Amino acid sequence: MIPYLPHSEADISAMLERIGVSDIDDLFADIPASVRLSGPLNLPESMAEADVFRILDDLSRRNAAKLLFLGAGQYDHVIPSVVNHLTGRSEFVTAYTPYQPEISQGILQALFEFQSSIAAITGLPVSNASLYDGFTAAAEACAMVLNARRKSRIVLIAGTIHPFTKSVLQTYFGDLDVEILEISERPESRGRIEKAVLAEAVETAGEELAGVLVQTPNIYGALEDLSGWAEMIHAAGARLIVSANPLSLGALASPAEWGADIAVGDTQPLGLPPCFGGPSAGYIACTEELMRRMPGRIVGETLDSEGRRAFVLTLQAREQHIKRERATSNICSNQSLAALANTIYLAAVGPKGFAEVSRRNIEAAGALREKLVGGLGLEDYTAGAVFNEFTLRIPVPREVWEAPFEAAGIASGVWLADLDSSLPPDLLTIAVTEKRTASELERYTACAREALK
Amino acid sequence: MKTHVNQDANQKAAAGFSGSSEILPAAESRTSFEASRAGAPGYRFPDADRPRPVSPPAIPAALIRRDPAALPELGEVEIVRHYTALSRKNYGVDLGFYPLGSCTMKYNPKLNEDAAALPGFNLLHPLQSDTDAEGTLELSGRLMEGLCAVTGMAWGTLQPMAGAHGEFVGMKIFRAAFRARGEEKRRRLLVPDSSHGTNPASAHLAGFEVITLPSGPDGLLTPESLNPYLDDELAGIMLTNPNTLGLFENRILEIAEKIHGAGGLLYYDGANLNAVMGRARPGDMGFDVMHMNLHKTFATPHGGGGPGAGPVLVGESLIPYLPFPVIARKEGAWIRDWNRPESIGKASGWYGNTGVLIRAFAYLLSMGSDGLKRATDLAVLNANYLLSLLKGDYDAPFGGPCKHEFVLSAKSLKDATGITAMDIAKGLIEHGIHPPTVYFPLIVQECLMIEPTETETRESLDRFVSVMKKLRNLAESNPEELHAMPRECAVGRVDEVKAARNPVLSHMMKMKRPE
Repeated sequence: MIPYLPHSEADISAMLERIGVSDIDDLFADIPASVRLSGPLNLPESMAEADVFRILDDLSRRNAAKLLFLGAGQYDHVIPSVVNHLTGRSEFVTAYTPYQPEISQGILQALFEFQSSIAAITGLPVSNASLYDGFTAAAEACAMVLNARRKSRIVLIAGTIHPFTKSVLQTYFGDLDVEILEISERPESRGRIEKAVLAEAVETAGEELAGVLVQTPNIYGALEDLSGWAEMIHAAGARLIVSANPLSLGALASPAEWGADIAVGDTQPLGLPPCFGGPSAGYIACTEELMRRMPGRIVGETLDSEGRRAFVLTLQAREQHIKRERATSNICSNQSLAALANTIYLAAVGPKGFAEVSRRNIEAAGALREKLVGGLGLEDYTAGAVFNEFTLRIPVPREVWEAPFEAAGIASGVWLADLDSSLPPDLLTIAVTEKRTASELERYTACAREALK
Repeated sequence: MKTHVNQDANQKAAAGFSGSSEILPAAESRTSFEASRAGAPGYRFPDADRPRPVSPPAIPAALIRRDPAALPELGEVEIVRHYTALSRKNYGVDLGFYPLGSCTMKYNPKLNEDAAALPGFNLLHPLQSDTDAEGTLELSGRLMEGLCAVTGMAWGTLQPMAGAHGEFVGMKIFRAAFRARGEEKRRRLLVPDSSHGTNPASAHLAGFEVITLPSGPDGLLTPESLNPYLDDELAGIMLTNPNTLGLFENRILEIAEKIHGAGGLLYYDGANLNAVMGRARPGDMGFDVMHMNLHKTFATPHGGGGPGAGPVLVGESLIPYLPFPVIARKEGAWIRDWNRPESIGKASGWYGNTGVLIRAFAYLLSMGSDGLKRATDLAVLNANYLLSLLKGDYDAPFGGPCKHEFVLSAKSLKDATGITAMDIAKGLIEHGIHPPTVYFPLIVQECLMIEPTETETRESLDRFVSVMKKLRNLAESNPEELHAMPRECAVGRVDEVKAARNPVLSHMMKMKRPE
């Protein structure tokens, strides 16, 4: 018995009679016998709700609950209680993509508010209703700039972006006539890209250059100084894509302030738990000039037949269900419910809270960095400004470093070589969010002291 | 005081339809930005034991934000009321029948939500070690084993976030396989004219030239239609089976033989898998690569457009090309295998929409082999039952039996009365029912694509039939009334042309526009 399958035997008999067949098997007679399954699927039999829950609960407890100092794209932040309660309303949860605006005004307006929130934090007016994640959002942004400049085939990427973004870009463009060229950092630039190095690459790429992708804070946690980048890139006829941790934008310069044409990133820090990497959402915002090249679902404001304000999916002529192989992107499902959580998060914290939480991240990371660099004398790879994570050179072997943290139930940071094996094995990136307390930083420092003995 | 409320009124009230002007004040169409109130309290971040650096971190002036983000200022109560009010202007499966064709809007079990909310799953960071992530990795591995059992494929990836994302990954696997065989000139990809729009879009993004195959008069593909393309430039074919007309491609084995004979590969779009679980498996039909839409077949919620999950499954010989890392078993434990030299690379940043995968695994355990087959059986029973009751009132271009869905056409109705498929859709809304998919597939004029799913009762289907018949009669007796529907929703029919011609896509854009 499966509680979700409501038919009684009497229902089934009456329905079969109406259809004019004697058995459900008859409804599958069009499947050739040679591909019809004769036995049951190789799976256990159905189970009761409480039995299933016990299995899932046991599995969840077999994950190690650690004090997290891990970042590199996913962070452990404070989430206001209203976020989950409101996002969990089943009118939102159990709805499909809002194709029928009359009965979808709730999610349509909420997604318009999401777009408005992304516009507010990035400073760019046009946002879509979300993409899969920050990594694929970067790929979609590259596709936009390639399409926007005739005959272009080169995208320059800062070597300091997330290694997984590089891998996703390789997947998206590896089989096409597109070159993704990396601008390297010089060792003395301490994990940042210098404008002079960029200028050289821009000049070499010439008229084939579509755009430049840079991430700030970057994979080391360092803030890139993008002063003058946009002017130089625009003068070369190309466009600037800035990837930014959205939470950093409460305190740090927005993509629009840097002169970016497109802003992208991952919305996980805005009210979503890490959950092993998903679901979160990718955000993408652009100038009005690029509006009609934007991928994915977009909600717009309009009027109904009575002249009342209404929201509706719009600019659909770009999309796959109309354009098929000529579409700007193949996106159909996106990450709406995650975008709704982001919208509620940003409304809950408000403009003051957004600036404050951003500053608190800077302070919290600064507090631990002070203890480890100033106090314990560890070498700081990212000398200079950071947001909520920073990279140290660890002078002892990995297992020696990790032993005391493991014993204390602390995940001490991300070894960058785990993300990209070409990076030095001693680089550890440590994230500290507003959720960490002073005593937790003390525990961290004590473990580090122990490891360095 | 009313003692009797009819069912129509009940359902409308549940959907937040009845008298939007009474229950939902007009002011509620204000956005959170317009409702902003200067000085509202906002959220209080933790005060206790707050870390403070001895010297505040120095950030160069150029890197500091100059214009604060113009977010709404609201108190907690206002936020709760605002989004609760919005939720009441939204229709979901929990409110009523949702026969949206090709979308498999079945009931989303509550247990699965509870499972996905467990803190042990939610607070796991994607860069914790395999040992730390033991529970989620085992769940992922066992889910993959289950998906392989259902589909007859060898192994796969859980990384793709949605069906279209899975299609793209599948097409990249095609490319990698051809490259490994030294057959890079295989660029011609066949797609039937009844396919989902994502199929040609995904193939094009992966660098294939898309060739559209016409369906036969019976709605099915003929093996003969492939003949002109069976050469060394053939990459393969993308198919749904049953197709989007709800018909099983009964010559699939001949099609597979021809494609494989010419050196091509077959891709299965799993959007319609709910029609065949426990009855037939894509792996046995000759498919080499496929995706599943767990947000359709495996009952995870659609969330107003996502997140979904579109795992990709492949036959044995294509396993090396899967995105890395691949879930694998090593010395009894489940691990992430990153050492995949022939992999197409990463499809997304992490390991897919894990929160969705947890729900799908709970569904797999709940249903088991018997439940999944029964779900398919009842989905097909429900669809055939509806078809048998409606084919007298609307054109049924392909007769029956159908699988989990079927198409009707309002073509004759339109010719006779001027009433279109869209009018019927809006009339259904007026009666508290979500419309079918309309105007798709593109090969059927005035198409209504109806997928009831297995979780609807006979009573629910009977009510749908009675409304569809009522609307048909209304089309003849009073088409004007039908044109004016819906009248009882938060809004009436909206001006899509205005929205696209003069786009207002954010509060910022609205503020910049002169009124």
